[in-house]
Amino acid sequence: MSQEQKAVARARKAFLTGRSKPLEHRIRQLKNLQRLFVERQTEISDAMKKDLNKSEVGTQLFETLGLEGEINLAIKKLKEWAAPRPVEKNLLTLSDTVYIQPEPLGVVLIIGAWNYPWAVTIQPLIGAMAAGNAAVVKPSEVCAHTSKVMEYLLPIYIDKELYPVVTGGVPETQELLRQRFDHIFYTGNSMVGRLIMEAAAKHLTPVTLELGGKSPCYIDKNCDISIACRRITWGKYTNCGQTCIAPDYILCEPSIQDRVIEEVKKSIEDFYTDNPKTCTDYGRIINQRHFKRIMAMTEDSTVAVGGDSDESDCYIAPTVLRDVKPEAKVMQEEIFGPLLPVLPVGGLDEAIKFINQGEKPLALYIFSPDKKVIKRMIDETSSGGVLANDCLVHYSVSTLPFGGVGNSGMGSYHGKFSFDQLSHLRGCLIKELKMEGVNSMRYPPHTPKKLGWARFFILKNPDLGWMGRMALLAILAVVAAVVLQVSYGGREERDINEY
Amino acid sequence: MERQALQRTREVFLSGRTRPLEFRLQQLKALLTMITERQTEICTALKQDINRSQYDTPLLELIGLENEINLAIEKLAEWAAPRPVEKNILTISDEVYIQPEPLGVVLIIGAWNYPWAVTLTPLVGAIAAGNAAVVKPSELSEYSSLLLRALLPRYLDQDLYPVVLGGVSETQELLKQRFDHIFYTGSSSVGRAVMEAAARHLTPVTLELGGKSPCYIDKNCDLRVACRRITWGKFANCGQTCIAPDYILCEPCIQSRVVEGIRQTLLEFYGADPKCSPDYGRIVNQHHFNRVMGLMQGYTAVLGGQSDASQRYIAPTVLKDVPPHSRLMQEEIFGPLLPIVTVSDMDDAIRFINEREKPLALYVFCSDKKAVKRMLDETTSGGVTVNDVMMHYTLSSLPFGGVGQSGMGRYHGKHTFDQLSHQRACLVRSLGMESVNLARYPPQDRKRARRVRMALRSPMIDLSKRTYVWAVTATVLALGLLIALMVILLIAAGLNCTCWYWRGFYN
Repeated sequence: MSQEQKAVARARKAFLTGRSKPLEHRIRQLKNLQRLFVERQTEISDAMKKDLNKSEVGTQLFETLGLEGEINLAIKKLKEWAAPRPVEKNLLTLSDTVYIQPEPLGVVLIIGAWNYPWAVTIQPLIGAMAAGNAAVVKPSEVCAHTSKVMEYLLPIYIDKELYPVVTGGVPETQELLRQRFDHIFYTGNSMVGRLIMEAAAKHLTPVTLELGGKSPCYIDKNCDISIACRRITWGKYTNCGQTCIAPDYILCEPSIQDRVIEEVKKSIEDFYTDNPKTCTDYGRIINQRHFKRIMAMTEDSTVAVGGDSDESDCYIAPTVLRDVKPEAKVMQEEIFGPLLPVLPVGGLDEAIKFINQGEKPLALYIFSPDKKVIKRMIDETSSGGVLANDCLVHYSVSTLPFGGVGNSGMGSYHGKFSFDQLSHLRGCLIKELKMEGVNSMRYPPHTPKKLGWARFFILKNPDLGWMGRMALLAILAVVAAVVLQVSYGGREERDINEY
Repeated sequence: MERQALQRTREVFLSGRTRPLEFRLQQLKALLTMITERQTEICTALKQDINRSQYDTPLLELIGLENEINLAIEKLAEWAAPRPVEKNILTISDEVYIQPEPLGVVLIIGAWNYPWAVTLTPLVGAIAAGNAAVVKPSELSEYSSLLLRALLPRYLDQDLYPVVLGGVSETQELLKQRFDHIFYTGSSSVGRAVMEAAARHLTPVTLELGGKSPCYIDKNCDLRVACRRITWGKFANCGQTCIAPDYILCEPCIQSRVVEGIRQTLLEFYGADPKCSPDYGRIVNQHHFNRVMGLMQGYTAVLGGQSDASQRYIAPTVLKDVPPHSRLMQEEIFGPLLPIVTVSDMDDAIRFINEREKPLALYVFCSDKKAVKRMLDETTSGGVTVNDVMMHYTLSSLPFGGVGQSGMGRYHGKHTFDQLSHQRACLVRSLGMESVNLARYPPQDRKRARRVRMALRSPMIDLSKRTYVWAVTATVLALGLLIALMVILLIAAGLNCTCWYWRGFYN
């Protein structure tokens, strides 16, 4: 048996003992996970610095803070999320108990990515744990230092049989995918996403795929370009552009292109000084392969800002490309790097048309003061999520489902959505063996009269809510009348008695 | 299906024809008209397909479908509206909501056992959600598919909801094309093939599959009623129901009473010779007839067992003391054979169920609430009905679907709408209040990070109507109490004079 098979078998055995089901266990594990982030901040940051040159504050801001929030939310809300959820009844089920019961699925496989290794690997784990599952965690091998730290730290804090960490590259992942899971949660690119779903199909395993795409960013000429560009610059060059929801490219009218470029340049200087290479807040490309991939994209476009690079350091300066054409290399695939192409378009109509020609992106950004423009953009396009007048922050609203559509993915998570995604929501109808008479209309031998009764009971669904409210109103009216009558009558009586 | 025809459907979808709610409502109403006007033809087709009685068709298929369409028409505006969500301190002045959107072109592959219900119920959701849909009914229910192909274009938009007929090869061709969602009802083995084909285009799928739905009878319940309900569920549509109770688990001491209960009920339902009863169905085709007969080989039925290949008739059959390793217990029966497997007690039954794949439905007949709770807690299944069979299917507020080998995804009522929509997260901010954002921009330092940490850690503020009402009510009550306290104090302070004052008033 391979290492991977053993880890999965052990996780399944541990799950079948039932110990991941009680809420106390789940909360305890979540609290332990919380402690990990409080106590081991230094080790986590050191590894992130080695992998992506992320600053300590950057790591906290973009990775661990969000996780701490999610863990807190899960701990606080777990009882509510895991409780049976009563649903509306109909006439036939008035006296029955009807509810949806969330249940664990079993053993979940979580395959993480390298760009925000803690966020995208642990956040699904939080949902898996909260839902009562076991989970096999497979961090990305590309961020080598971080996966080692994960492999070392997780077993110290959380149950190492229920939540084993399996490290390795492509062959180890393929071996894992041959095993049977009850859900596979994958974050990464569309190509591998296809392979994951194909492998899952063999076991009829449901999947959540958090993929990517080219997230467009439209700037209306009437907006405050200075603020818009500052927000876009922040969203684009954070983590050196290696963010699945980074604004991939800008669409704007030719008349504002120069201003946009100028403002982005200003913001770059504000954030990363005029020598980003020496700035601690500016990251690096994860490895040489991606470095070469990104640099190749600049070949057929005009560089307006930045453009310099250093292969030995995997450094690419924050770069803006101007007058980019749709056929350019940089527009053929998700950039995932610090290149910001600006494509001039005639206006909102052309922008919408352009966006709809491409695959549905993971995020869509629109900068405009005009609510009508924003509404039109939202109505006439589709994307995983949409954010107007800012970048990235919809990720941190845990009441919004985070996920893609079409090529950018399937399924969603964050907050309660993680819990629901990794649970089975079981429909339960509890009847009694009484009132058998009501059932007679469904039994053979069938007659037109019986069918008539069935039609009545099934189709005439009174809106009990409305009726209930009317009934309540009637009762209140009666009570009020009685009270008034008594007090008035009493007063009259007293008055009479006085005389 | 011709690539061109699918292209046409996609083009019409992209033109935005399905977006307006009025269009969707009009299509749903047309669908309702179709199944009410054409009920007789639909019943005739089903009689020809599987000898279903003219009452069973409305009862088991059409009334439920009508219900679904009515619900969708009534609730469409509510379902399709933006859904506001809880905000936090950072988003307090923003618009934060989930917008349901159409996915695009949905492929619906139907099954033959309830061809109208399982093909058209997903279509109701697809239409309501604003999608186009390619409808591929099962070729095994031949008359029904031909009728559907003839009728649907006459009532619904022909470009948006084309019907495609054909067998395995046509379906495989269809699956090579790109869809935005595939909704499949059928067997697990084909379900795998559908998901694999969908994977190539990263198309999400809903698979309504099957399995062996266990039915546990506790020895202390009202056996007479239990057996009647089970008999109805098992032999309706001649056992060809995905949520039919597949097999019974009970203790040996009640086995013969269970058999007797079923025997009496069968007499009530279908008379002494079910072959002559207009309400008893037939097996859909020769292949399945042979398959079901093959399952019985080597076992003697304690009830029924007769068959007539020329009519594809199999009598309602019960087999007792069936061993767990028998062929009968290896695959979903999907026929009128009801095996009884004996177990020593509820724990044994739970173990038996958990050793097997997760079924689409679980049935428990038991009057002890605690025991029922234990059974539900320690097993899993797509859905559960306690003390009856199949009825969880009829409640559209319950999500209907499988888990594990019995399927993925769910539908019915609003769940269909949600399953066939994209729930798009929307956050609309303004370009003002930039000062709030300053803490997140580089250059980063610890002080700024601390500020951000505080902001991100802020709890969600529930700005829902309920909290608002509570807040107002609480304030009013508090004010009321304050006023009452002040009045009491005033009265107490000036006790003498106010007392005389009141007395004087009445004198």
